[in-house]
Amino acid sequence: MTLSLSLIFLLSSLSPPTDVIARDKPNDSGGAILLTWTRSSDTTVVSYRVLRQTEGKATWDTVGLAGRLANRFTDDEVQDGIRYRYQILTVSETETAESAPSEYTVCSPQWFNFDRMPAVIGTIIFTCLIVFFIGRAKRNIKLFIRRIAGLDAVEEALGRATEMGRGILYVPGLSSIDDVATIASMNILGEVAKKTAKFGTPLIVPLRDPIVYTVAREVVKESYTAAGRADAFNQDMVFYVTDQQFAFAAAVDGIMVREKPATNFFIGMFWAESLILAETGATTGAIQIAGTDAVSQLPFFITACDYTLIGEELYAASAYLSREPLLLGAIKGQDYSKLLILVLIVVSTILALTANLPVQNIF
Amino acid sequence: MIVLVLGIFGAVAFVIPHPIVKSIDETMRNDVLRIITAFSLVLGVGSIIQHHLIKIRRKAEHWPFSYIALISLAVSAAIGLFGGIDPASPGILPTHIGGFSFHMQALYDNIMIPLASTMFALLAFFMASAAYRAFRARNLEATLLLIAAFILMLGAVPLGRMLIRPLPDFAEWILTVPNTAAKRGIMFGIGLGSIATSLKIILGIERGWLGGGG
Repeated sequence: MTLSLSLIFLLSSLSPPTDVIARDKPNDSGGAILLTWTRSSDTTVVSYRVLRQTEGKATWDTVGLAGRLANRFTDDEVQDGIRYRYQILTVSETETAESAPSEYTVCSPQWFNFDRMPAVIGTIIFTCLIVFFIGRAKRNIKLFIRRIAGLDAVEEALGRATEMGRGILYVPGLSSIDDVATIASMNILGEVAKKTAKFGTPLIVPLRDPIVYTVAREVVKESYTAAGRADAFNQDMVFYVTDQQFAFAAAVDGIMVREKPATNFFIGMFWAESLILAETGATTGAIQIAGTDAVSQLPFFITACDYTLIGEELYAASAYLSREPLLLGAIKGQDYSKLLILVLIVVSTILALTANLPVQNIF
Repeated sequence: MIVLVLGIFGAVAFVIPHPIVKSIDETMRNDVLRIITAFSLVLGVGSIIQHHLIKIRRKAEHWPFSYIALISLAVSAAIGLFGGIDPASPGILPTHIGGFSFHMQALYDNIMIPLASTMFALLAFFMASAAYRAFRARNLEATLLLIAAFILMLGAVPLGRMLIRPLPDFAEWILTVPNTAAKRGIMFGIGLGSIATSLKIILGIERGWLGGGG
């Protein structure tokens, strides 16, 4: 038996992988070991089998398979604090070959994810820019903000609704309160509600999310109070409809057809119902102002609405409408950050292009 | 102060993968949010009832439909609470008459899904009417949109290749190069806008969402 095994070993031409290194997977919450190896030079390799041995145990367990072109594997079925070592088994159609075992290694959770360092640096630079421009705004330095047609139209749309004696429909999207677009929409709702309170225009705010409903109700109530028209606030202005996407769309369509609001605001996060809402609104003859950060829904709103706040304009809207210097300062910081990104893209593109040009030969 | 602490914690949790931080973050995101949603759902249901009762009391336009809404709400709530979700997990209320079953799953499958599908199907007609409006070449932008859409549509069907061989490739180029470039530009703005809004809220500059002034 021993002789036959030795013969098989001697006859085996399959070369095993080398340099098997096991180490704690970096930037994770523990419970994972990263394995790397140098692939076998053999062309008959079909796959690699990963074997694991726990310290103090004699057995080797198969923990995974890797393709013939793979040279790394993550074992995420390990426990922190226990020492493991690994072997890689080269598998061909007819035979196998074992690598030398790796050193024992142990995994543990990390306190910082260095993979996210660029995001951290970018956010710090961005925050500094915003704080700088807020400081400038505090010192009453006049900041120029470009005109946004959709927001300039808010006043006109409210005036039209007041003249016609009809209401204003405000749909703050279908997302939950943890969506930044919904929060931005709440900020705009506050400004719109202040104006409807001032003009005495009826306001209709149907909602899909129960948490957004409670927030929106408070926003509208506070806006009416801030405008000195607390008495004009009606609990029924802001109401919860349903959390079903298309049932909500049907309900809002019904409101538009029955109540015929003079102005419709669709501001927040929308999905497939965007066009159903905007097209129905268009058929009622209302002025429509939409705003969303859902890139795939923007073409529908641009087509069916009179004005559309595209992406970042949604976030700038509350500052633009309130003309609050501190908020305008934040927008300015945002603009300079974009400029910085633009410069980085242009410089990186030039560098990437010149890297492939024979410019080195010139010098 | 709560917003400041939780906002900073949320940002910190993004870069700290340690299980202690992760578990707190997940508890906040899942459990706490779920509890708040449950409470606010009660307020939401209260709002629906109040809204329709007001409509009935004032005899607003189409007020009889409010009765249907309230009755549907009460019936589905009763079946959901006491009738069980499906025959495998029955409740204390019988939810079938002979072979006719009306447990919660049956109501969902036979009423909610067909109604939602009907609304979704309307999208096809709305797309046609929106396309008609968008493709009227009123100005330069609309004309460019019309031309691009025409090339894309023609490039997607065999007739396009038959008429002009490189048309599908050109259509693909429009989709992957100018279209993607514009989309990425918008995405940059959205990303920065999101961070700026979050910062304004964390720093307490923006309080409009709490009902306060900006």
